[in-house]
Amino acid sequence: MNTILVGVLVGAALGILDGLTAWFTPEARADLGGIVVGSTFKGLLAGALIGLFARKVRSLGWTLLFGTFVGALFAFFIAQIQGKYYLQIILPGSLVGLLTGYATIRYGKSAAAVPARG
Amino acid sequence: MIRLGDGAVERLRAVLREPDLSKTRYRLVGVAGSGGMGTVYVVEDVDLCRRVALKVLDVADGAIEERLRREAQVLGRLEHPGIVPVHEVGTLPDGRAYYTMKWVQGDRLDRHLAGKPALGERLRLFLRIAEAVSFAHARGVLHRDLKPENVMVGAFGEVLVLDWGLAKVLGGRAAVAPASGTDESAVLGTPGFMAPEQAAGQSGSVDARADVYSLGAILRWLGGAAPPAALAAICNKALAERPGDRYPEVAALAADVLRLIDGEAVSAHAEGPLERLLRLMRRHRVAVGIVLAYLAGRALIFFLTGR
Repeated sequence: MNTILVGVLVGAALGILDGLTAWFTPEARADLGGIVVGSTFKGLLAGALIGLFARKVRSLGWTLLFGTFVGALFAFFIAQIQGKYYLQIILPGSLVGLLTGYATIRYGKSAAAVPARG
Repeated sequence: MIRLGDGAVERLRAVLREPDLSKTRYRLVGVAGSGGMGTVYVVEDVDLCRRVALKVLDVADGAIEERLRREAQVLGRLEHPGIVPVHEVGTLPDGRAYYTMKWVQGDRLDRHLAGKPALGERLRLFLRIAEAVSFAHARGVLHRDLKPENVMVGAFGEVLVLDWGLAKVLGGRAAVAPASGTDESAVLGTPGFMAPEQAAGQSGSVDARADVYSLGAILRWLGGAAPPAALAAICNKALAERPGDRYPEVAALAADVLRLIDGEAVSAHAEGPLERLLRLMRRHRVAVGIVLAYLAGRALIFFLTGR
């Protein structure tokens, strides 16, 4: 599958999952719909960027690093809007980026054609 | 009187059996193996400076000679990467019929498996065998003696189906005449790999499903002592007593094996809900792993931060 498409799909899927975990925070339940939509959009955008990076670099190590960074950055923007819960938003966001990075290398077409480095 | 030792007698016998290659373009290099019909020698083709395999009858016999020539003709019409190509057919100066073919360097399937390859690799080997047999069927040729000893795995992983001495050319599209030297009521084949109808001496009436049975026996052998349930079901269907209960053709059998390799449901096996779930999880193990990794990480974050 196309690397960018993998990034978009996995980023969006994990974004939905990430948004849904807000259900476990009672004060956030009322805004669950908005959180899920925002989290999905964040995952989608981050996934596209990570997929693009993976296609260019084709390195597992660098893609994991980049994915974590992009995930953390996007989550930081969300936390900035909220103005609180920085760590609680940035950590899961980073995890989404890390796993999306892994998936793009593992499933991406261009990465399969050329063995991943490092 | 001088008594010869057993070794010397055996050597004399071997020398007597050796083909007379004078007035041919071949020079003897060694023995590659022997079968029921004759011996396969490795010879040097001095004109083309290459080694080829030369199959020759151990004795000059009209009926067997006919079968050897027919085998060469059958092979000659089966141009496939999984079937050994024949170069030439003829008669040696000593009167014995022979044919030359590509010399395949590798291991017989039974020896190759001594290296204990993973099940996935064994199944992929099986698919290549099935592909060659399916091709032969499409050309109207049944092998009728499929077994691990008749499959060669080359040095580069290529798979070749050998020994087409019992092959049957089906009527209609057949360009080669049916075996005149084969008694159709005779039991031809190898016990354990031979279809029941073939073992019952109905060699003349067997069809592609007899090879499906033999392939099923090879698959069961490749599957080892404890095959997965889906693989066992495929084998059972291919090895059904009645030809009508088997896969109708080799391609259908191969398709089920391919589904098994790809983690899809196989037609021979009705799986339960739990089995289906486990299969889907195995098939998408990376995706499942990513989701589980996320959930584990998220649970840890929740535990550490309280949110």
